Parts: sequence; structure tokens; C-alpha cells
Amino acid sequence: MHRSLLVHVYGWLLLLPAAVLLIAFTHYPAIASLAQSFFSPKSALYPSQFVGLDNYATMAADPVFWKVLKNNVWFAVGTVPASIVIAITMALWVNGRIPGRGLVRMAYFTPTILPMIAVANIWLFFYSPDIGLIDQVLSNFGIRGHNWLGRPETVMGCLIVMTIWKEAGFFMIFYLAGLQAISPEFEEAATLEGAGRWHYFRRVVFPLLMPTTLFVLINAMINSFKLVDQLFILTKGGPDNASSLLLYYIYQVAFSFLDESYAATLTVVLLAILAVLAIGQYFLLEKHIHYQ
Amino acid sequence: MSVRRGRGFGEWVETVGAWLLALIWVAPLAYAFWSAFHPPEYATHFRLLAPLTLDNFRIALSQAPFPRYFLNTFVLVTMTLTAQFVLCTLAGYAFARFEFFGRELAFALVLVQLMIMPEVLIVENYRTMSTLNLVDTIPGIALPYMASAFGIFLLRQAFKTVPKELEEAARVEGAGMLQILFRVYIPLARPVYLAYGLVSVSYHWNNFLWPLVITNSVETRPLTVGLAIFGAPESGVQWPIITAATLMSVAPLLLAFVLFQRQFVQSFMRAGIR
Amino acid sequence: MKHAVTRIISSMAAVLGLLFAAPAGAAGPIELNMYYPIAVGGPLTKLVDELVAGFEKENPGIKVNAIYAGNYDDARIKALAALKSGKPAQLSVLFSIDIYELIEQDAIVAFDDIVKTPEEKAWLKSFYPSLMANGTFKGKVYGIPFQRSTIVMYYNKDAFKEAGLDPNKPPSNWTELAEMGKKLVKHDAAGNVQRWGVMVPSTGYAYWMFQAFAMQNGQVLMNANGDKTYYDNPAVVQSLQYWYDLSHKYGVMPKGTIEWGTLRADFLDGKTAIMWHTTGNLTAVKDGAKFDFGVSMLPASKRRGSPTGGGNFYIFKKTTPEERVAAMKLIRYLTAPEQAAKWSIGTGYLATSPAAYETKTMKDYVAGFPYAIVARDQLPFSTAELSTFQTGRVRKLLDDAIQSVLTDKATPQAALKAAQDQADPLLRRYRSAK
Repeated sequence: MHRSLLVHVYGWLLLLPAAVLLIAFTHYPAIASLAQSFFSPKSALYPSQFVGLDNYATMAADPVFWKVLKNNVWFAVGTVPASIVIAITMALWVNGRIPGRGLVRMAYFTPTILPMIAVANIWLFFYSPDIGLIDQVLSNFGIRGHNWLGRPETVMGCLIVMTIWKEAGFFMIFYLAGLQAISPEFEEAATLEGAGRWHYFRRVVFPLLMPTTLFVLINAMINSFKLVDQLFILTKGGPDNASSLLLYYIYQVAFSFLDESYAATLTVVLLAILAVLAIGQYFLLEKHIHYQ
Repeated sequence: MSVRRGRGFGEWVETVGAWLLALIWVAPLAYAFWSAFHPPEYATHFRLLAPLTLDNFRIALSQAPFPRYFLNTFVLVTMTLTAQFVLCTLAGYAFARFEFFGRELAFALVLVQLMIMPEVLIVENYRTMSTLNLVDTIPGIALPYMASAFGIFLLRQAFKTVPKELEEAARVEGAGMLQILFRVYIPLARPVYLAYGLVSVSYHWNNFLWPLVITNSVETRPLTVGLAIFGAPESGVQWPIITAATLMSVAPLLLAFVLFQRQFVQSFMRAGIR
Repeated sequence: MKHAVTRIISSMAAVLGLLFAAPAGAAGPIELNMYYPIAVGGPLTKLVDELVAGFEKENPGIKVNAIYAGNYDDARIKALAALKSGKPAQLSVLFSIDIYELIEQDAIVAFDDIVKTPEEKAWLKSFYPSLMANGTFKGKVYGIPFQRSTIVMYYNKDAFKEAGLDPNKPPSNWTELAEMGKKLVKHDAAGNVQRWGVMVPSTGYAYWMFQAFAMQNGQVLMNANGDKTYYDNPAVVQSLQYWYDLSHKYGVMPKGTIEWGTLRADFLDGKTAIMWHTTGNLTAVKDGAKFDFGVSMLPASKRRGSPTGGGNFYIFKKTTPEERVAAMKLIRYLTAPEQAAKWSIGTGYLATSPAAYETKTMKDYVAGFPYAIVARDQLPFSTAELSTFQTGRVRKLLDDAIQSVLTDKATPQAALKAAQDQADPLLRRYRSAK
């Protein structure tokens, strides 16, 4: 009895420092955002007051909000599947018998360890009209003067390409781990049965990698909602919000428009999206992962 | 024979494909090197024998206090990692070996942070930091990340794999709770610490949004924020100088990566396996 | 709950803070923190440091930390943030148009309330009146002009000669701009454009460029109280139509938006024969141009016109009387004719007072480089930069409208009407409040 009481005390004491910080910077701010979203912003001229769902009504009528939400969905749709396909391909190649495997693997993985801010600086040059690298290469084929980041039709595509480049190598790692966990006996068996490599991949490897794919899928989706560094360098969300994302809009509203209440309201939406993803992960991965 | 030749051809195609992709993947970095080490007039014109120069680095260094930014980033990363090791070790140990009241619920609440990372909560966290008077300080950048759900989770998994017999043996020798942690658990989890350390360092070296929000001055700005302000398009972009500054900011991490490539990849793999 | 947590963390934080905080300014010299932005090219941080060093030499009792904080937006965010906590600023150079935002936050003091002696009062009146428009609210001066500009037209004289145009006759009205622009466009053998006629930047400060078009067409965009906009006025719609036509009807400007930051490089690289840009870029263009270039006032439609722009000095409310006096000293030093001349020569920004143009330094400079006074000569045609309450939002509405038109997503009429309809409710309560 005495000993078991001690276990409770020790357990909580050990947990306490981490728990305090987690509550202070994760749980409390999430709840505080929700609370703040029912109040008007505070300024010297107008004190903050309870406004019920006014901020949500403003949001529903705010075309920029709907635009950034739509952009964010397209950004996810553009980056996630492509990153996954490329990541699997990379993992298969690097796991195989390619000459110079180490170098190839290093090349794939390098973007992962570079800061987004730094690579955005480099890609800004690639995309710049006429003098940029992409336009210079295209000019050899007689195509010139593409205003890649200045046109709403192309700007999102530019961000997507860069993000895929940045993230595919990171996801490759998870697939490498997954591949190395597959017993070589499967391949021997498949070879004995005369199955082709594609067949073997489709029937054996890909299904075995399913948990990895689900894990990467969810993480890539979360990333697409929380990765906005590149916008600060490349487009600032323009032209006409064509490349703006939800979290970037939150930053603008909070720190450029100084409207903490509306920013909190938008944050609540972002949290709701992440919660849905979290629940999705729980149900999709429950079968495959043993938290115990 | 024919089968072998077919397979050989297939492998050849794959090799070319793999290398081609690798070339595309390093092209941006290769360009950064080109532009940083050549005079500005060659920034957009490629000549094999273009003269080399270090001027771009000199100019970048003279225009912004990069050494100070380096120091800030270094302090930030060290502080964050040290705190993470301490806090996550204690919490991971609690979750792995103590069946205390409310453990399952507490663990679920910890895992919430895997989804809702601090960068999503910049607005409220900024207000908290104002109340604590920690805006524009390095601890202010580090604090929200110190209790890392990811770290707690990893160390809990690692501690769970430690055989109970080892703990019993230590206890028989009269070791207390913390001594057992230090003598048995931590040494056995060393690879996990290395893995988590590398992931954490590269994450915080590169982190941008929260440091941007919370820092105001040269004395606290980490490299990423300094670089973003330095390269702001408003100031009229000069590619060679920006690429030089960019290379300087990534150099330590890049160098470490090239030297310890194997450990990096394995660390990320280990950290990713759940 | 909140308080318990907060208290625990603040005690932890206090320990950390003690370890890392900068040594507190004890008694002794007065320390001033000043944030400032840069929105143009060239190593301006150096120049600011030099000017500040000169001040410290003359005033050994005052120590000044001039902190470069990025662009105008960044600087405002950082200065306001620092007021709430961290290392507070006593004065800052911030966007001239941030005045309403700063007043709404109750962050700044009026200079009328600080100045005492007749000499100081005279100093307040020593600047160009058109530069005071953005810094004055209800008859009181809150902002002292420092890095101020107008938009000017830079043109490549070599390109003019090549196109058979008189290099000393830049376009003086909208029709000429379109006509000359057409002659200046150059194609390569494959029919692709090698050089454009004119580029007007439409990222970053699109609303500012647009103010020039609107003013030239005889219409300002907002009232003096900062609580009403005129975005959907017919003359305004017409001006946006003209901007759009430059690319879509006359074909003299690339379609899509044009990047503020890279435009100077494009001009210097010969990608465009004419660019509209801030006079703050003048020195950088002068240093970088490998061809003969000219600078002129912007062309006219019904009249000439350009908004003023740039940064003003503000003194913050959270200051001791001693700090305010010291801050005033610093501002007076930096805006004195000699320093103003130095600053103008180093950047291309306007010297903010007539007296500065009478200094020997400035006269010598102008003798060798007459374009240095184009911006000043344009001042009589200028209007205050777009600035209202809720300025960030109201401005972004206009930016978005402009960009949506330039990228073919909306007609000028529809886009500007929508912007006006959204701006109106934001500003309504500020009208009734007074």
C-alpha cells in the first residue's frame, strides 16, 4: 500500500516539469484561442468585449479565408501524393544495388536538413522571370519570359514543386526503414515463383509498406498545414492571395492587422483541421501501431 | 541468358533514373555554390572558367552580423536540446516504469502535441511570453519546445525495451529510483538519445516562424530569421550575396551531415520507426 | 489554473532570464533603442550607423541602439511587440502611414506636447508641408519625416536612342507613355520580348503605385481623417483600367504581377526601358547602371501626381521625460539640414526640409547630378500616402484588388467595388466615434 502510493507520487513528480510546459504551451493556448475567438480585439480606443459568434460570422463572410483554405487543400493535394510516390521510388532505388548508392541517398536526403528559408532564397532565383534558371533553360527551346511567381495560375505549382523537393527525401527515410523490415525471404519466394519485379512490388512490398504510407500520409498532411516559411521569402501570399496558406494568414491577421481575436478564430479552424487529421490517424493506424 | 540481359537492362535504366533524380535534387545547392563563389556578373551566366572569389562572403559578413546570429542559434539549439533531454527522460521514465494514477490519460494528452505543434499556436503563445516578459529572449524561443511529445514518446519506447531484470538487479544492490535511471536506463538508450538529438538539432537550427514572431533584435535573432531579413526582396535582391549568406547559414549542419551521413540517416530512421 | 501555471513558469523563466538577459541599463548614460526599416537597395544599415555614431560623438551622455528590423511591416510589428515586453524602444522610424494604427494602440506621443522652446516649435515647421500630411492627426504632429520619397520614373536613355526616341524627352502623359512604350519594346528573332517598354511594380507596395495613377487621374483614395476610402470612384476605376491596359492593350508591360524587389535588377539588366520606383532607389541605380539613364517626374493624365511615401520618426509613450528629450535630440540631429543632405545623397530619399537643399554639400551634389532634385520638384503635385484606421486590412484590400485585376481575375470596376464594400464597414465606427 505504502509502496504503491509512492509509485503514484514518483510518477507524477517525474512527469511534472514536462507536464507544466506542455500544458502552458500546448493545451492552454489551444483553449485560450477558443475563448479569445468569442471576444473583440482590444485597442486603446475600444476595449475587448464579448461578441459571441461575430468573429465566426466575419470569417464565414471573409473571401480571403475561403481562398486560403482552398489554397491549403490544393497545396496538400499537390504535395502529398507526389511526395509519397517519389519517396517510395527513392527508397526502392537506394535500397537496391545502384552503384554509388551512398551518394545518391545523400543527394536525396540533403534538402531535408536545409532550412526552408535558405532553400526558398535559392528557388526564388530559379523562378525569377527571364534571368532565372528555369527561364534560361526554357529559352533554349524558344520559350521566354514566364512570370512564374507573378501569375496566379502558376504560383501554387511553383510552391508545390519546391515543397516536394524539400520533403520527398525526408519521407524516403521512413520507407527505407519499412523496406529494411521486410524479410528477404519474400523476395526469394517471389523470384522462385517467377514473379516480375513490378508484380512483386505491387502484391508484396506495397501492401507491407501500408502502415508506413499511412503514417507518411498523415504527417505530410499535417506539414502542409503548418509549413509556411517559404511564403515569407517567395510570395508573401500573393498575387491576390493566390499562394497564401491558412497559417500564413493567421500570422498576417495577428501581427500585421493586429487583430488577435480574428487570428484566434482562424487558429480554432486550424486546430479543428489538425484534430480531424489526428482522429484519422488514430483510426487508420490503430491496427498497425502498438502504443503499449 | 535472355532473362539476365533483360534484368541487366532494367537495372541500367533504374541506375540512370536514380542518378538523374539525384542530380536534380542537388542542383539547387550546386547552383548556390556556383553563385556564391563567382563574381556577380556570372550569377546568371555559366562559364566553366569563370574566376573564383570570396568577395560575396566578405560583403555578406560586412552587411549583417552573421557571427552573432550563429552564436544565437548555437545557444538556442544547445539550450533546447539540454532541456529536452532532461524533461523527456524524466517523463519517458515515468510513463515507461511507473503505473501512476491517470497515466493513460496523461499520455494521451502528451501525444496531442504531436499534432498541435507550437508553431500553430503562435498568437496565444506570444501573449504568454509577453506576460512572462520573455519576448525577445532566447529562452522565449526555446520554451515551447522544451517538453517535446516526440522525445517523451521515443524515450518511453526505449525504456520499455529495457529488461526488468536489470532494474531488479540494480535495486538489489541498493540503487534508488534516480540511480537506476542513470545507471541502467540512460546508458542503454544511448542510440535513441543520439537519434533524437540529431533530429532535434536539425529541426531547431532550421526553425523559422516562431523565432520570427518572438525575436526583435540582433542579440536574439537566430540564423534563419537573420537570413530572412537579410534577403528580404525589398532591399533589392543581389543573388551572389544572398547565396553566400545562405551557404554560411547552412554550412555547419551541411558539413556535419556530409561527415556523419550514416548516423544522420539512421537517426532519422530510428526516430521515424514507431 | 492559468495563474498557477503562469506563476510556476514565470519563476522558471525568471531564472533563465537572469542567465541570458542583457545587462540592464543602470544609472549613467541614457540608452535609446530605435527600430528602423529598409525598403530599398544598397547598404543603408552602414549609413544609419554612421549617422548615429556622429550623434553619439556630439552627445556622450546618450547611447543609441539602432536596430534594423526588416521591411516596414516587420519594423512596425517588432517595435509594437517591443513596447509590450522585451527591450522597449523609445523612438523608431516606422512607416509614415502607421500613424492611425499607432494612435489606436495609444503607443505614440505628439511632438507638439514635447516641444517647449520657440526654437523647437520653429523646427517642427521647418519641413516640406506635403511631407507632414501623413504625420499629422487632428492638428497635432506625431511623425517627423525622415526617409521620405515619391515615385519617380527611371528610364534607359540608350534604349530611347535605339528606339529612335529623344533621350531627353521622357513621356509626360499617359498617351505618350503607351506610345513610346510600344516603340521601346524589343523582340528577338523568335518573337519573344527581350526588353519591355515599362514596368510598374505590383507586389509589396502595389497600393502606393496605384495612388500615383489615381492622383494623376485627379482623385485621392482616402479622406484626411483616415476613416473613408474612395476605391470605387469612377476616376479611380479608370486609372486601374489604364494600368491593366499597359500590359493587356498596349503590350508594353509584362502580364501578371511585377516584383518590387527584383525590378531594380531587371532595369539595370536592360529588361525594361522604363521603371516606376521610389526615389529611395536613386543612388543604388546610379551606382549600378552601366548605361546612360534619366530620371523624371511621373507622367500626367489630368494632372501630375505621386504619393509621398516612406518612414517617419515616432516617439513612444512609454518613455521617461529624460528619454523623450534625448530622443528629440537624436531626431533633431538626424533631420538637421547637414545630416538630411548626407542621407539624401547616400540613398536618393528626399531631403526633408528646404534648408537641406541650401547646404553646400547638397548644392555640390546636385550640380554634378541634377536628378537628385526630381523628387523634390514633384512634391507640389504629391498627395499623402494611403493611410487609414485599420490600415493593414484596408490597404491589403486595395492590394488584392489591384493584383486580381492585373492577373486577369476581375475587372477594375468589380474588384474596386468589392474592395470599397469591404473597407467601408471596417471604417464606419471610426467615423461615429468622433
